Amino acid sequence: MSNPDTAERAPVVLNPALAYDRSPPKPDAPTPNEERWSNVHAPDAMRATTASAETGTTSANRALRVFLRNPNAMTGLIFLVLVVAAALLAPVLYPEDPLSMVARPFIWPGTNSTYPLGTDSLGRDVLSGILHGARISLLVGIVATVIGLAVGLIIGSTAGYFGGWVDDVLVKLIEIVQTLPSFILLVVLVAIAQPSVAVVTGAVGIVSWPTVARLVRSEFRAIREKDYVVAARSLGYGHVRIIIREILPNALPPIIVTSSVMVASAILMESALSFMGLGDPNLVSWGSMIGDGRELLRTAWYLTAIPGLAIVFTVLALNLIGDGLNDALNPRFTDER
Amino acid sequence: MANASLLSVRDLTVKFPRIEPVRNLSFDVSEGETLAIVGESGSGKSLTALALMRLLPKAAQITSGRIDFSGRDLLKLDDRSIRSLRGKEIAMIFQEPMTSLNPVLTIGRQITESLRLHEGLSAKAARLRAIELLDLVRIPAPHKRIDDYPHQLSGGMRQRVMIAIAVACRPRLLIADEPTTALDVTIQAQVLDLLDRLRRELSMALILITHDLGIVTQWADNVVVMYAGRKVEQALPEALFADPLHPYTRGLLNASPRLKDDYHYTDGPLTEIPGSIVSAIGENGCPFAPRCPIVRSGCRTRVPDLLVPAEDRLVACPVIFAEGERHVAARGL
Repeated sequence: MSNPDTAERAPVVLNPALAYDRSPPKPDAPTPNEERWSNVHAPDAMRATTASAETGTTSANRALRVFLRNPNAMTGLIFLVLVVAAALLAPVLYPEDPLSMVARPFIWPGTNSTYPLGTDSLGRDVLSGILHGARISLLVGIVATVIGLAVGLIIGSTAGYFGGWVDDVLVKLIEIVQTLPSFILLVVLVAIAQPSVAVVTGAVGIVSWPTVARLVRSEFRAIREKDYVVAARSLGYGHVRIIIREILPNALPPIIVTSSVMVASAILMESALSFMGLGDPNLVSWGSMIGDGRELLRTAWYLTAIPGLAIVFTVLALNLIGDGLNDALNPRFTDER
Repeated sequence: MANASLLSVRDLTVKFPRIEPVRNLSFDVSEGETLAIVGESGSGKSLTALALMRLLPKAAQITSGRIDFSGRDLLKLDDRSIRSLRGKEIAMIFQEPMTSLNPVLTIGRQITESLRLHEGLSAKAARLRAIELLDLVRIPAPHKRIDDYPHQLSGGMRQRVMIAIAVACRPRLLIADEPTTALDVTIQAQVLDLLDRLRRELSMALILITHDLGIVTQWADNVVVMYAGRKVEQALPEALFADPLHPYTRGLLNASPRLKDDYHYTDGPLTEIPGSIVSAIGENGCPFAPRCPIVRSGCRTRVPDLLVPAEDRLVACPVIFAEGERHVAARGL
C-alpha cells in the first residue's frame, strides 16, 4: 500500500493539517463555510496559546482545597500547628532551662498564675517542660520518620519493582531486622551508643524502616503489574522514571498515612525511651516528664496526665492529618466535578 | 505492497516454561501499511505484539527468530537502545483504555512525559504539543481537558488519549492490540477511523490485532490469520473474504453473523467451530487438526508447510487443495 505522503516526514510541524491559522477566533455569526467545518478542529483549539500552558497547577490547588474542607484534618492541623508554635516559641517564652528549679514543688495546675500548669516534685515549671518537650518530640518524630521513609522507600521499591533474586535478598534483610523485637533493638542501640538526641533519632529511624519497606514493596508488586506500567514501558521509560513518576504516585496514599502514623509512633518510642531513663538526660521530653511523675501518680496525678495528654493529642492530630491527606491526594476519593 | 518492508518478522518463537504460544511466525509490514492479525483468544496475537516491543513477561522467552525493524534486529538490541526505540519509533495501544492510563496523573502529564523524554521538549512546548495532539485525536476543549484525570473521561475518550500518547512522537509503527474491544460499537468505528486517518497523516504503519473480522474488511491492507501461535493463512482482505482457504478461516467466517446478507442471527444458531483452542496443546501436526472438519491422518503427524496458492496469499493446509474437500469445507462443516 503505497501512500503518497509516506515519503516526507516534516520534522518541525507535527502534522500539516495542524498548521492551522493561529489568528484569534472571529466573533459570532460565522459564515456558512466556517459552520460546515466547525467540528474539524475543536473551536477552542486555536486559543491554545502559551497562556493556557501555565495552568498546570490546578490539581494541586484542588487537593489543597479538599484537604482544607475536611473538618477532621483541619482539627488535626490546628493542633499540630499549636504544637509546632509551642516548640518554636519555647526558647522565647521560657528562656530558662526547663530543668531548673524555679518555685515551690507541687503547685497544682490553676492555683498560681505564674505557673499555669503547676510545678513538679522538684519545683520545675511543668508548662516550660511541656513546651520544651514539644521540641524534642517533634524533632525526633520527624527526623526519624524521614530516615525510616528514605531507607524503606528505596529498599521497598527496589524489591517490589524488580522482583526475582533482588526481591529475595531484600526481603530476607527486612525479615532479619523484623525478627528482632523493635523496642528491644531500640534499647540496645541506644544503650550501646551514648543516649543523645541524634542517637535516639537514628535508632528510631533504623527500627521503623522495615514497616515502610514491606508496605512499599507490596504496593509496588501490585502496581507494577498494572496495564499503565506496561504502557509506560512501551513508551520507552527507564526503570527509575517508572518507579518515581508512574508507580510511586499511585503508592503514595498508604505511604502518607503510614508516615503520619510513623511520626506518631516515633514520638511514642522516644517517650518510652525517656520514660525508661534512656533519653538524653540533659533535655526534658514528654516521656521523661511522665517517667518522673510515675512515682507520684496517686498524690500528683497531673504530673503524668499533662505530658500524657500532650502525647495523645499530638499523635491523634498526626493521624487525623494523615487521613485527610489520603482523602485529598487520591483523585478517586474526591467528589468534585 | 511496493514499499520497502518496515518490519520483518522471521520464525519468531515465544516459549513459556511449558508451552509455546507463538511458533515460527513470520510476517512483514511495509511502510504505511495496515496489517491485521486475526485469531481467537489464546492464538498468540497479543504475545506477538509484546514480543515486537520486547515487553514479554519474565517467564516468556524468545527462543528463535529475527525481528528486523528498518534494518535493525530488535532481538539483538540492548536495553537502552530498545528503550529509545519504544514510544519513539514503535508505539503501542492497549486493549483496556480504562486501566492503561495512570489514574493519578493528569492526561496532559502523561502525554508530555513521552514528548519530553524522546523529543527533549521544554515543559511549555510539550504542553502546547499535547494540546495539539488532543485536538488531533478529536477531543473537544483540549486546553481544558489536558488537566483532567483519566477517571473524568469516558472509555472512548480515554482510548483517544492513549492514541494521542502513542502517536506523540510520530512513531513509524503503531501496534494496536484490540484497540476497540472494550468500547461501544458506535465508538469502535470512530476510533478505527481515527487510527486510519492518523496512519495516513503521520505515515505510520499499523498492526491491528483483533478478533473482529468486520474490522478487517474495512481497515486492513493485509490479513494474517493466526491459530495456536502459528500463521495459518495470509491474504488480502478481499481475497480472504471472497475465498477463504484454511478450514479455520472458513470456520471463523461462518461463525460471523455479518457475512450472509439474508441471514439474521435470530433466524437460527450461527455455525460454530467445535472444540476449543486448548486442544492444540500437544498436537504434533497441524494445531487445528482436532477441530478440523476435513482432517486426515497425515495432518496429525507433521506441521503443514505454508503453501502459495496465489500471489500475496499463503495457506497452511495441503488438504484443502485435494479434490472434493474444498467443496465439503466450503459448505461450512
